[in-house]
Amino acid sequence: MGVLVSVLGVFDVSFDKLSNGELWLAQFFRGLSDGATYASVALALVMIYKSTGFINFAQGSLALLGVYLAYIFSVEQGLPVAVAVVCAMVASAVVAAFVERVFIRPFPPDHVLPLVIVTLGLLLIIDSAVGIVWGFRTRSLPSMFPSGAPIEWGIAQLTWRTIGNLGTVFAVVGLLYLLLSRTKVGLAFRAVSSNLESARLVGIRVGPTLGFGWALAAAIGTLGGALVVPDLLLEPSIMLRVLIFSLAAAALGGLDSMVGAVIGGLVVGLARNLLVTFLDLSELALATAVAVILVVLLVRPTGLFGSTRVERV
Amino acid sequence: MSPAYLEVAGLRAAYGDIQVLHGIDFSVDEGQIAVILGANGAGKTTTLRALCAMVSTEGSIRLGGEELAGQRTADIVRRGVAHVPQGRGTFPELSVEENMMAGAFVRSDAEVRADIEQWYETFPVLGERRTQAAGSLSGGEQQMLAIARALMLRPSLLLLDEPSLGLAPMITRALFEQLTAINKEAGTTMLVVEQNAALALGVADVAYVLEAGEMALSGPAHELAADDNVRRAYLGY
Ligand SMILES: Nc1ncnc2c1ncn2[C@@H]1O[C@H](COP(=O)(O)OP(=O)(O)OP(=O)(O)O)[C@@H](O)[C@H]1O
Ligand SMILES: [Mg+2]
Repeated sequence: MGVLVSVLGVFDVSFDKLSNGELWLAQFFRGLSDGATYASVALALVMIYKSTGFINFAQGSLALLGVYLAYIFSVEQGLPVAVAVVCAMVASAVVAAFVERVFIRPFPPDHVLPLVIVTLGLLLIIDSAVGIVWGFRTRSLPSMFPSGAPIEWGIAQLTWRTIGNLGTVFAVVGLLYLLLSRTKVGLAFRAVSSNLESARLVGIRVGPTLGFGWALAAAIGTLGGALVVPDLLLEPSIMLRVLIFSLAAAALGGLDSMVGAVIGGLVVGLARNLLVTFLDLSELALATAVAVILVVLLVRPTGLFGSTRVERV
Repeated sequence: MSPAYLEVAGLRAAYGDIQVLHGIDFSVDEGQIAVILGANGAGKTTTLRALCAMVSTEGSIRLGGEELAGQRTADIVRRGVAHVPQGRGTFPELSVEENMMAGAFVRSDAEVRADIEQWYETFPVLGERRTQAAGSLSGGEQQMLAIARALMLRPSLLLLDEPSLGLAPMITRALFEQLTAINKEAGTTMLVVEQNAALALGVADVAYVLEAGEMALSGPAHELAADDNVRRAYLGY
């Protein structure tokens, strides 16, 4: 017990906080809300990873661009936020399809390393382009959901925003599941993910199918960004931080599992909020996310839900 | 004499700088079964891959009078060419049924469903496992699935790369009987690469022997089966 107290002492733990049930509940709700946003971006990462075998580091940057467009459409053009977000999703899908066609498709799809480096380059290019075009001052994007909380216990509030974020991510998973399992383009996408060579041999056009995956992933990532940004402020480096938490979520979920991405996102969101609140770890939150990624990759590379990948020949 | 259904001339293929096929000629008449024999590394797989634009090639490949060289794989498939690759011809993460539907990817007619049921009758084990992931089937079952998947295209030309790989001898014999029956009933032209030379020569109309990327021998299958060199090298007696 003495050891525990002195260990906790390092983190400046206040026992008042730890015994405050309402604070726990409040952070639980906030964690779920953040987790839903990480889950959306993690879903986008998983989609690309499943089909191509690499992590698209530019996923957050495409979402960043999308969120700025949502800002323009809503705050500057006066569209309702939800409509602006849908327009931004479509626009970022178009941009992603273009980026895939120009920067990704020229490379052979089975050589992963050059592609990863291209996505890192895209991350830098898109993030700086956003900075050049829109500057570095912070802006605020309103939420799609009404303010206020239908359910409250003291300081613990289950806000419309939390409910909206969670509802959105579950709706996205449901729609994605239907798209992938019930439609022809979904079958093509999964066939390409499963066996590139045989996909070609049944007549699937691999390039456009992967381009479609990029477009869809960008739209989902933009939606995730539009969920998370109202809680923070919009500036050009915002999605880089979100990307790291989402990477942790995806790694925890197993990188190739959609359900894993959602659960990983919620776990990371909860863990982040509890660590920040109770251990005063705000400066270390990012480092903790990186630590999660490393530990998962070292101890259990298939994460919680990942499949052991069949080796490509 | 009218030109053959598949007419290949001066076919060369390379992986990067490594030239594997050095200008081979062969042809298959419509409705015939042709077999390609050859030692390991002779270039048999490469020949089939070249027909589907899965490797960089030069030369002419005419199918029903139309030039395939220069076309993309997806378009060659739409011309009715189905290919069962050597090993791993299935989608392991997809169910058996989804594999069958993927095989009919370029078809839009209403008979896809009926065809699936028909091949389940021919390969009952696939019907029993229709909801199972293809990767959970045994090696031999996966090979049957790869073949059924290819037949779902309703191909006019079926390329089979070592269809007997991993199959028990009895199953192999049954499979070749089925392939012959499909050839007779649907008139599907077939080009088969096969290690079991005796069996393949037994069902084939014409045979070709590849050696180090060159066509060493060709002729009616029964003549090659009687050839002393072929017997020693591929039939083992
Ligand atoms: N992807 C590749 N990259 C480089 N060289 C290759 C590749 N695939 C095959 N080769 C080479 O091409 C030659 C012919 O290979 P191919 O697979 O066509 O032979 P095969 O006749 O089908 O042999 P097997 O009976 O063993 O299947 C071999 O020397 C092989 O090393
Ligand atoms: Mg071979």
